[in-house]
Amino acid sequence: MLQELTNLSITAQEGLMLYEDMVLGRTFEDKCAEMYYRGKMFGFVHLYNGQEAVATGVIRAMRRDHDYVCSTYRDHVHALSAGVPANEVMAELFGKATGCSKGRGGSMHIFSGKHNFLGGFAFVAEGIPVAAGAAFQSKYRREVMNDPNADHVTACFFGDGATNNGQFFETLNMASLWSLPIIFVVENNKWAIGMQHVRATSDISIYKKAAVFGMPGFEVDGMDVLAVRQVAEEAVRRARAGEGPTLMECMTYRFRGHSLADPDELRPKAEKDEWFGRDPIKILAAKLLELDMATEQELKSIDKKIQTLVEDSVKFAETSPEPSPDELYRFQFAEDE
Amino acid sequence: MAEVTFFNALRAALDEEMERDPTVYIMGEDVGIYGGSYKVTKDLYKKYGDLRLLDTPICENSFTGMAVGSAMTGLRPIIEGMNMGFLLLAFNQIANNAGMLRYTSGGNFKIPMVIRGPGGVGKNLGAEHSQRLEAYFQAVPGIKIVSCSTPYNAKGLLKSAIRNDNPVLFFEHVLLYNLKENLPDEEYLLPLDKAEIVRSGKDVTILTYSRMRYHVLKAVETLTQKGYDPEIIDLISLKPLDLETISTSLRKTHRLVIVEEDMRCGGIGAEIIASINDHFFDELDAPIVRLASLDVPTPYNGTLENLTIVQPEDIIKAVEKLLGNKI
Ligand SMILES: Cc1ncc(C[n+]2csc(CCOP(=O)(O)OP(=O)(O)O)c2C)c(N)n1
Ligand SMILES: [Mg+2]
Repeated sequence: MLQELTNLSITAQEGLMLYEDMVLGRTFEDKCAEMYYRGKMFGFVHLYNGQEAVATGVIRAMRRDHDYVCSTYRDHVHALSAGVPANEVMAELFGKATGCSKGRGGSMHIFSGKHNFLGGFAFVAEGIPVAAGAAFQSKYRREVMNDPNADHVTACFFGDGATNNGQFFETLNMASLWSLPIIFVVENNKWAIGMQHVRATSDISIYKKAAVFGMPGFEVDGMDVLAVRQVAEEAVRRARAGEGPTLMECMTYRFRGHSLADPDELRPKAEKDEWFGRDPIKILAAKLLELDMATEQELKSIDKKIQTLVEDSVKFAETSPEPSPDELYRFQFAEDE
Repeated sequence: MAEVTFFNALRAALDEEMERDPTVYIMGEDVGIYGGSYKVTKDLYKKYGDLRLLDTPICENSFTGMAVGSAMTGLRPIIEGMNMGFLLLAFNQIANNAGMLRYTSGGNFKIPMVIRGPGGVGKNLGAEHSQRLEAYFQAVPGIKIVSCSTPYNAKGLLKSAIRNDNPVLFFEHVLLYNLKENLPDEEYLLPLDKAEIVRSGKDVTILTYSRMRYHVLKAVETLTQKGYDPEIIDLISLKPLDLETISTSLRKTHRLVIVEEDMRCGGIGAEIIASINDHFFDELDAPIVRLASLDVPTPYNGTLENLTIVQPEDIIKAVEKLLGNKI
């Protein structure tokens, strides 16, 4: 069932924080498209436009620099929400030595140990068990090493396509079996490149698949950041309290092609138009205005501030040095710091 | 000194390292209550509990991914492959994430993990249970591959592998678990990247590893009786290769025979030959001889099975042919 928003319990300050976070995601990605077409970034670049309410709704309900976030190849915005500085992400996309992965990773391999951002996984579904490993670690520290501070929660993001992979089922099984502090967040954007979700899976309701593992599963309006946040808050609470994992299926849509190399010819215009009409940033803005939690002016000034921050990240990336060819082998082994 | 079986030497290494470091834990199929398919983890769960001896469901790729995630966040997992062959299902997590993630992340994360278990050709186990994965994995960047062969080196190497901050694939051999040897009472560690000179000699260098070490020793008994003086080197480290020890020996013998149990095609021996060609070609007085398993799935029938792997007589013949009446 779709989680209906019953009681809205955010402050104006929280509302603006969520708005800013989503605007950052959107503005950053728009800038990426521009830079890609200007030949500043390369390879496969998967943008997140349209899905911002999911990253913001979940990650901003977690504890920054304490909890863990694990993503896919569509990872820039999850990283930004987790606190990885825009400068470092942009520099990584430019392939620079100042990038969060030192120019070794690129768009699909964003990592930041400092921000407990676990990646950045270019193969579909392979991040799911890795995220469960981080969650197992928290449980292990708490129960074996008696570390009371090990109450981290891990959020694990992946797409509808990934839920047809064995690692999804295998990991849900283990997470539930061992009651791991993890939230599985499916971003169901209906498509896996050119494969429509309904053509790829026998029962299209992903959230229902949690039940066979004895795990709560929720279908959430992924275009409504407040709805996502509300379900995420409860999932975070459960995980932190040691009550186990939760599966959230966030119904969303990507506003661009699969990657910047995708001509996006398969998705029907009517479908796209319908979803474009449900822009998560516009939905939140309207709500904040309606509830008198913000003025047009305030929202505009946030837009402007973020615009500047993103422009600055491009300047930072452009003026940053390339990794040195002498350091080609650096970081392969643990001995290289 | 006390006489210890191979599997108990491994068990002692695990026990000592778990005792020493609370972040070390073991995961895999039947490692806990059952005690491991070759009894390497027998009863350890009684001492360390069921989180440190984590019995996993049968989902190799996903539990290997979990190990990677726990290693990234500060634990030191040891995976037991019930049979190393089953880790074909974990190829994705081993190659992409254990092997490459540290580099891809620009040094953000370390992956201190050991993946250990029985490999090699056993007795009548059929093709799937007789695989040698070391060659499949040798092309993966970022991992170390170690192959142990005696109770003594198994213990010292496993302890070092557990303390190493990199992912280590650690191969044991199904047919060696019951070997016995006197082991020192005091603690010892062995370097992961050093080959072991099993016998010094001057006529020919025989490179080998794992169970083939014993076939080589058997052949060398006969060869020495016939007046030959071979040098035997157990590679121990399959990745990176200890080219220093290999080249030092070659400078003395100028002749090389490789004896391996993995497949001839694309095997460890193939890589050794290529490396020697690159670096030490001038040292060779004769083409390198390679004795390896035949490129065929290992048959169940014992006679056919024996035909696929190198036998001591093959080694004797090869050395005699190579040295001729040079001695
Ligand atoms: C193991 C693997 N197989 C195939 C691919 C190629 N691929 C990249 S993204 C993708 C679709 C994934 O769709 P979904 O999980 O729904 O995520 P979305 O891209 O919609 O965010 C495919 C098939 C891959 N990266 N990894
Ligand atoms: Mg999708």
